[in-house]
Amino acid sequence: MNRQRSFALALLAFLGVAGGGGSARADGVVADLSSHLIAITTGFTGASVVLFGATEGRGDIVAIVRGPEHEVTVWRKGKVAGIWVNAESVMFSNVPSFYTVATSRPLDEIIAPGPAALYRIGTANLKLQAKSPATPEEATRFGAALIAEHQRDGLFAANPSKIAFLGERLFRATIAFPANVPTGTYIVEIFLVRDRDVVSGQTTPLVVSKVGIDAEVSDFATRQAAAYGAIAVLGALVAGWLASLPFRSV
Amino acid sequence: MDIYLPIAEVSLDVFVLLGLGAAVGFLSGVFGVGGGFLLTPLLIFIGVPPAVAVASSANQLVGASLSGVLAHWRRGNVDFKMGFALLLGGLAGSVLGVWLFTWLKRQGQIELTISICYVLLLGTLGFLMAIESVRAVLRQRVPGGARRKLHQHNWMHGLPLKTRFRRSKLYISALLPIGLGLGVGVLSAIMGVGGGFLLVPAMIYTLGMPTQVVPGTSLLQIIFVAANVTFLQAYTNRTVDAVLTLVLLVGGVFGAQFGTRFGTKLRGEQLRLLLALMVLAVAAKLAYDLTIRPPSLFVISTEQG
Repeated sequence: MNRQRSFALALLAFLGVAGGGGSARADGVVADLSSHLIAITTGFTGASVVLFGATEGRGDIVAIVRGPEHEVTVWRKGKVAGIWVNAESVMFSNVPSFYTVATSRPLDEIIAPGPAALYRIGTANLKLQAKSPATPEEATRFGAALIAEHQRDGLFAANPSKIAFLGERLFRATIAFPANVPTGTYIVEIFLVRDRDVVSGQTTPLVVSKVGIDAEVSDFATRQAAAYGAIAVLGALVAGWLASLPFRSV
Repeated sequence: MDIYLPIAEVSLDVFVLLGLGAAVGFLSGVFGVGGGFLLTPLLIFIGVPPAVAVASSANQLVGASLSGVLAHWRRGNVDFKMGFALLLGGLAGSVLGVWLFTWLKRQGQIELTISICYVLLLGTLGFLMAIESVRAVLRQRVPGGARRKLHQHNWMHGLPLKTRFRRSKLYISALLPIGLGLGVGVLSAIMGVGGGFLLVPAMIYTLGMPTQVVPGTSLLQIIFVAANVTFLQAYTNRTVDAVLTLVLLVGGVFGAQFGTRFGTKLRGEQLRLLLALMVLAVAAKLAYDLTIRPPSLFVISTEQG
């Protein structure tokens, strides 16, 4: 135990010198991100963050990136009088806004179902809770649909991304975020897996935030909704007036 | 080059948006309609969430209609008294409409409602316009066709609150323009349209206003209704994307200039037939989308909208 800790500390110091910085300490695995902030600017088309770290001894690495949880309503369309309308709905209260897994080898080869469920590794283990009165059968069906929809729009990863080992100890992975990545404080969990069980873990935060003019517009629109509305109207009036100037002489 | 829209929370090509603004501005220059009825569905087609498309189109209309009114006002073609009566109804209608919009959004039915409203309105309108312009083209070939009666009396003239509208040379009940304004106000909030394409024919055929004062007066009331809708949508639903509006307006300014010049060179009936076909095409596409089995039967909505 003591020897492990001093090893981790030494590694932490090494990573700090190498330019990582700010990483938390854990026995058996140390990891950090190339950046803890994804800045959404006017030209934002997606971003990627490098996850890197080192393990003590052999083992596989599984990393999970999880966005802030929120309430989601899933509607099922039904055909009414010839057109498709939103007919049934189930509300889920604890859905992560973003969820992706990275692993050094296929999940079913390295981890047993028990620990995978315990640490909520993989979309099947998200444990979505249906809020509105729904039968267990409905909750399962709508939950599966929710996951499929989010995989389609890129918010949940359909397939785990690859963690590559450099030698025996050092690992790295590139985690991609699409253009529609939701804002908020994310949690990145890194697990060291050995003998089909999680033996060590570490978490590190990641902030996805709008910055610059977009952040200010969106922030202002939420906090000062009335003033924002008034400014939107005034702005359009000024633009309209300016647009009419070239016609004045006509 | 992509631009990130802070409220819509999507990245879209800025040139596509400028082009869209220019195309709609061009049409409004050629045909003298606001173009909101084409802008909103087109924004939805390119991936703007419907609720944001509706609210931002209303915002864009404020600017577009103001520049239109100023042009008509210089020519003395605005009936302010009539505009005020329409406005009274319009403001009440837009409050009612935004309330309805919020309620439908909570029920998960707002997108369906927007689509159905568009199919019904564009379908009816496109059909009527197509018939009208085909008749007009035919009438030109056969000279001496039947003429409409100059003035018709019906139930509408029995309504109370009779008022004289000098510029429109009318003596009718003020309830008529107020009611008309009310209906258009509700539509404006739900569909993000100024309602010019409904208001203009209604003012000519139902109220009997002289054609030259109709566009200016209709645009006058649209400014205020659209401004009210923008404000209420921003306040209650937080769906107005000012960045989107600005880009659309910039494109619209150029489009409108070219449109106005181009419009003077074309023949009226052919122009209207063209517009009718375009409107019908949009309606058909929306109707088709409603009836085909969607690629996915499940839709997800988060609480933030």
